[in-house]
Amino acid sequence: MFAYYFQLGLRSLKRNPALTALMVMAIGFGVAASMITYSVFRAVSGDPIPEKSSQLFVPQIDSWGPQQNEDGKPPGALNYVDAMALQRAHQSSRMTLIYSLMLSALPHDGNSVPSQVMGYAVTGDFFPMFDVPFLYGSAWSNADDDNRASDVVISDSFNQRMFGGANSVGREITLSGHDYRIVGVTRHWNPSPRFYGVWGESGFGDPPDFFLLLNRALDLKLDNIGRSSCRGHLTFKSWDEWLQSNCVWLMPWVQLNTSADVARYRQFLESYAADQQRAGRFGWAPNVALDNVPQWLEKQHVIPQESRVSLVVALCFLVICLVNTIGLLLAKFMRRAAEIGVRRALGATRHEIYSQYLVEAGSVGLAGGVVGLALTAAGMSGVGLLFEPEIARLAHLNMSLVGLTMAVAVMATVVAAVYPAWRAAQVQPAWQLKSN
Amino acid sequence: MQIQPILAALRKHKAGTVLIALQIALTLAIVCNALFIIHQRLAHIAEPSGVDEANVFVIENMWGEQYNTQQAAANVQQDLVTLRNLPAVQDATQSDSYPLSITSGSDNFITLKADQIEPTTDATVYSGDEQFVRTLGLKLIAGRDFRADEVQNAGQRDVVVPAVTIISKALADRLYPHGDALGKSFYSMSSTPVTIVGIVETMQRSRLGAWSMPYAEQSMVWPLRDASPLGVFYIVRAKPGELAAAMQEAPKALYATNRMRIINPKDGLLSFAQVRHRAYDSDRGMAILMGLICMVLLAITGAGIVGLTSFWVGQRHRQIGVRRALGATHRDILHYFLTENLLISLGGVAIGIVLTFGLNLWLVTRFQLGIMPLAYVLMGVALLIVLGQGAVFAPALRASRVPPIEATRPA
Repeated sequence: MFAYYFQLGLRSLKRNPALTALMVMAIGFGVAASMITYSVFRAVSGDPIPEKSSQLFVPQIDSWGPQQNEDGKPPGALNYVDAMALQRAHQSSRMTLIYSLMLSALPHDGNSVPSQVMGYAVTGDFFPMFDVPFLYGSAWSNADDDNRASDVVISDSFNQRMFGGANSVGREITLSGHDYRIVGVTRHWNPSPRFYGVWGESGFGDPPDFFLLLNRALDLKLDNIGRSSCRGHLTFKSWDEWLQSNCVWLMPWVQLNTSADVARYRQFLESYAADQQRAGRFGWAPNVALDNVPQWLEKQHVIPQESRVSLVVALCFLVICLVNTIGLLLAKFMRRAAEIGVRRALGATRHEIYSQYLVEAGSVGLAGGVVGLALTAAGMSGVGLLFEPEIARLAHLNMSLVGLTMAVAVMATVVAAVYPAWRAAQVQPAWQLKSN
Repeated sequence: MQIQPILAALRKHKAGTVLIALQIALTLAIVCNALFIIHQRLAHIAEPSGVDEANVFVIENMWGEQYNTQQAAANVQQDLVTLRNLPAVQDATQSDSYPLSITSGSDNFITLKADQIEPTTDATVYSGDEQFVRTLGLKLIAGRDFRADEVQNAGQRDVVVPAVTIISKALADRLYPHGDALGKSFYSMSSTPVTIVGIVETMQRSRLGAWSMPYAEQSMVWPLRDASPLGVFYIVRAKPGELAAAMQEAPKALYATNRMRIINPKDGLLSFAQVRHRAYDSDRGMAILMGLICMVLLAITGAGIVGLTSFWVGQRHRQIGVRRALGATHRDILHYFLTENLLISLGGVAIGIVLTFGLNLWLVTRFQLGIMPLAYVLMGVALLIVLGQGAVFAPALRASRVPPIEATRPA
């Protein structure tokens, strides 16, 4: 019966090509606009580390006080003094501190010019905490952290550029004039958004080229190229004075496996801040926060405003297209009232009429889905026009989006057809036959 | 024209009437808000930078080795001499950032008293030498430029608070609203005051994010030479009409004097047109997207009205024939359908106005959009009524051509 209704539907669509084309185009445009904006939204709003996002936390301590903090909240990063204190306290199973670096790399062929490489200074716990996959070698140990070793982990693409992809573990590399020993090469790894460094970053840039041992980077006075924020009078005149200032710039992450651990760590932060108040360093009551990955990304507004607004507008657009479709389907179905009257008189039940017209609407939806798919594919190449390149490249048409496009088109049209099909099923056979 | 019979007829077509009205209402809400977003974004894009954009380009120069303050300062000085000696170059200066840079730059809080904790306002700080104002083409409207002996070196994490500064008019007006800022001083995250020696007409901020909106165009230049170990921006002004030549020769000349530097091939060398393009990328994108959605939406709504009205005309063929047979003219029939559409449209826009402000209010709370002026809604209402009348015209014309003989034919 379904196949027969489907054929009837197609035949009826051919009968009013203009009306049909209008419905198909409306659904196509509505679905395409929604899918294009949704694909961008999906790309920027995903969970970057689903298996661990509820065990990784950013500890925050208000080191500025109620008069200078932002909206009463602790700043999104730590100053050097607090960061080192948390590190020494060892209150979490794992902890890392992160800041961004930009260095120069000189290829070994001697006469070429240096190139710019981007990476992070991190502690050894970084790699197991964030499940960084290794191609060669491994992370450095906590003992290496304490020994302030000149260790570096590089990415596969950087390894490709510098060593032609060979196993470079144990070799030396010179970055901005200093030599480092390569202990590991990561596989391609770039969680999106790059949650671990989003304080002041967009979170959607190119993957880092290297990870440098934090203590070594600090010893060499390699400066943070990421955000740093200070309050009050700035009096530092050198790197060492800067480290002692109230400027926040170090991004802390802790791993807490159970809710009991989380509660304990929160308590530890409170008591740390209370100690600082007692010692006279903070002139205010403890104000701390502990956010897991989703909470942290929400707080940092990682999803660009453009993405949300355009998704909302596109969905409204789809709704209007559907209202339009309801009207046109109603017109189309009711024009065939006489035909329905004959069928009803010959014994078709209301239910049969109803399902016939829903199937017919479904075929309109299918055609709309195909048009929508074509428009979505075309629109994907235009996403670069609407969003920054680093976000635009995240949006792409994959199988799940193709399936979703078709499903949304058919479902939406069938939902739109519920009322018109019901009206068609209500046609009184006697009345129709009489007026004919 | 009698409205009573039209209303009576519409009562027989409740579903169709409601659908058209609803579509007009929703379209009005979306189109008004989209146009408003477009307007706001375009206004943002049109903001002046104060820079002589046609002739200026920027080089992001990163050092290949880690220099100390003296080495870095000497290298910067040498590079500036190299750049100024190029035939196509008019002027060259250095800074830690530049207007509309968006990826670099720092901001300082400003207070009017030394012991004030809550800041009065906030401004972008550019480090610039005595060539900064001239090279960027900033228009000095009061006071003087820096003297060469006022420029100091600022190394890594070395806070140097200068005695003098040149500020933008927007900042001057914020601090001293009576226009008497010249010669006055303020405090910028320091216990020693900075004196305003010059005011430039416009000098846009380096970062343009939503948080910086309240501080738009508030910037200051400090007489500093950026001697940080990381690198420096060279801002270069080409001789009129020689921008392309200057952009080609400048990096070559710099590499020739010192190879241990990085000018990123991707975005290390940007003309100011490229800088502006990059800075307003997402604004332009939103304006284009909203424009596209508006156009397609209006087309679909118009086509929907055509479709549904055509159906009604077809359905009422016989009634139209009867009216014609009873003496109604072509014009009467035409007016009937136009008036019918006008009534539905008026109902639609009435609901639409409520929806428009509802959506606007929601956008205001979620996305700091700004309250929509009434003029927008009135414009949108006019647009939709014209659209409705235009869309209904063709089917109405066809209706008016129904011959009176139709009255005698079976439906």
